[in-house]
Amino acid sequence: MNFKKSLTALAVGSLLASSALYAETAYVSNEKDDTISIIDLDTMTVTDTIDVGERPRGIILSKDNSKLYICASDSDTVQVMDLATNQIIKELPSGEDPEQFALHPNNRHLYISNEDDALVTIVDTETSEVLAQIDVGVEPEGMAVSPDGTMAVNTSETTNMVHWIDTEKHELVDNTLVDQRPRHVEFSKDSKLLWASAEIGATVSVIDTASRKIIKKITFEIKGVHKDKIQPVGVKLSDDGRYAFVALGPANHVAVVNAKTYEVEDYILVGRRVWHMEFNQDQSLLLATNGISGDVSIIDISKMKAIKTIKVGRYPWGVVIKP
Amino acid sequence: MFHNHRKNALAITVTALLGSSNVYSEIEVNISYLQQEIDQGPVLSNILPEPEDAGLQGAKLAIQDSNTTGRFLKHKYQLQELVDEDPEVLLSKAKAQYDAGIRYFVVNTDDQTISKFTETLGKDALIFNAGSTTNALRQHMCTPNLFHTIPSRAMLTDALAQWLKAKRLQKIFMITGATPEDKAYSNSFKRSVKRFGLSIVEEKDWSFDTDLRRTAQSEMPLFTQHRDYDVVFVADERGDFGEYVLYNTWLPRPVVGTQGLMPVAWHRVVEQYGAAQLQSRFEKSSGRWMNGKDYSAWAAVRTVAEAVTRTQTNDASTNEAYIKSDQFQLAGFKGRKLDFRSWNGQLRQTIPLVHPRSLVSLSPQEGFLHPTNELDTLGFDQKETDCTETRK
Repeated sequence: MNFKKSLTALAVGSLLASSALYAETAYVSNEKDDTISIIDLDTMTVTDTIDVGERPRGIILSKDNSKLYICASDSDTVQVMDLATNQIIKELPSGEDPEQFALHPNNRHLYISNEDDALVTIVDTETSEVLAQIDVGVEPEGMAVSPDGTMAVNTSETTNMVHWIDTEKHELVDNTLVDQRPRHVEFSKDSKLLWASAEIGATVSVIDTASRKIIKKITFEIKGVHKDKIQPVGVKLSDDGRYAFVALGPANHVAVVNAKTYEVEDYILVGRRVWHMEFNQDQSLLLATNGISGDVSIIDISKMKAIKTIKVGRYPWGVVIKP
Repeated sequence: MFHNHRKNALAITVTALLGSSNVYSEIEVNISYLQQEIDQGPVLSNILPEPEDAGLQGAKLAIQDSNTTGRFLKHKYQLQELVDEDPEVLLSKAKAQYDAGIRYFVVNTDDQTISKFTETLGKDALIFNAGSTTNALRQHMCTPNLFHTIPSRAMLTDALAQWLKAKRLQKIFMITGATPEDKAYSNSFKRSVKRFGLSIVEEKDWSFDTDLRRTAQSEMPLFTQHRDYDVVFVADERGDFGEYVLYNTWLPRPVVGTQGLMPVAWHRVVEQYGAAQLQSRFEKSSGRWMNGKDYSAWAAVRTVAEAVTRTQTNDASTNEAYIKSDQFQLAGFKGRKLDFRSWNGQLRQTIPLVHPRSLVSLSPQEGFLHPTNELDTLGFDQKETDCTETRK
């Protein structure tokens, strides 16, 4: 999600305070095990596995990195885990079947896509109050809030649209038709562009936030991989504006896209059915979840190569990293 | 920088007030759904009957799905449905609907009635076969405005034969029921056997009239007595005797075909590729599990809606051209984008191999290659039909 700036701010703070005594920690949701795997990025080993609600998918950190929000899809709730104790301290009303969500830069408003109900639910994480429910297309999936906080977007997988939600009025203001089965959305740091992956359409659309029109469609081609197996899901943009990484699902590769020219520069071989990704704090590493192989690939950005694979639970889905 | 964002935000709000920047015009789309009630005759295995609204519920869900999308585009979809046992009633209804301007027809009938639809309706009507698996409709009927969303028997038996080949279950003991449909299923399987290099060691027709619910344990072993076989294939489409073959064969072998391990268009156990969401939507709207006929009707209605969404028009010929073009793709929860074969209008699709409680495999199997599309290893490739590439 887009809180890199606050991450950096916080990181500077914690560096001063603790002089980097603590290693970075990755949290991975295991969809079919109902657990969260905790990975120590210094030793690159799983240090703990925590039981959570049913079918955990989307996970995000609070802006201060003290809490982990977990979409427990089949428990129809968003769980809040205290990262000091690794205990679930609260369950937020999420609407039915929450899949993905995004936290507003105000660190309070959680935008949740309810896959079974064609709704986006907005919850205040402090008061546990549902602020609004907004009708969107069939099977809402990807969620993002622009870094400037003005706009939330949601993708609907069967309606094939990006829905634009005004964060002040909590109203749907526009819809952009994209390719088949849009999954993940990611804003550029300056909020001017939105990247949206389409799993079955096999494209990533780059959309101009102001006009809400597609300005570029990126396609992928890997030698020896049938084009129908190229199914873009997760998208991650590097803070320096150079790269977009696109997880290509059953193609078992992560595409490296030049974020300025939109050319695909490289494909990195990872595990089977690669899904979502996250950078570590200095963005030297990128972690990618591999659903079918049940592991996490660690990609070294300087080498553009997976340097290690860490076994986690069954069907790892989302990943976040706490500095 | 920050200032800029502000300006952007303001601009967005202004646009929102004026109406969204992506402007769509209002379209109303009427889709006809015609279903023939077919009496299967009495069957021995009658404990779990098939739902009578198989197909209709799929079409209804697709209308709901499409209207959720349509709401954002100002498109409205309506289903004009009729279920009747008399094909003539369905045909005259279709004619009346055509005269009233309807151009999209989803048809869940037997093969003869489908042929009559293509004769009765104008060439500018788009007809979707969502009910008949008959191979001849794909091989010899090259009517340009006919599409098939339900797989052919050939696709089903090819999917099964690929799996048998992959599992090295080479030698097959065949049992065929008494109906013409059973014989058609068997013939289709024989074609697949030849295609994928399997061998049939014995072929028998089922013609017993005893009640197997009581006597299967004594009768079936004798009936399946043979020196050696790897697998028993059963062709019993209506589910008369096939259920009683399992666990009662002379040699302890797996049973495949219309019972046991079954190649199907769809089944409740299909959950991958987001299918879990479609399954739960279906259960919510219909109160039962989604089957192959439901899926085929769903795919037909979604095909029309997908075309209208992209072309932004209700014009049938524009949409026909779009559906036949390279641009068309349907997200059908089957792991691949689905589109139609240009030569015979068949929807390409993966075929799940299931038993009643679990998904066993998904064909095409790994390693069965095709020069253009692996999905075309299932069913009739262009060379195997009388149809030309374009169907103009």
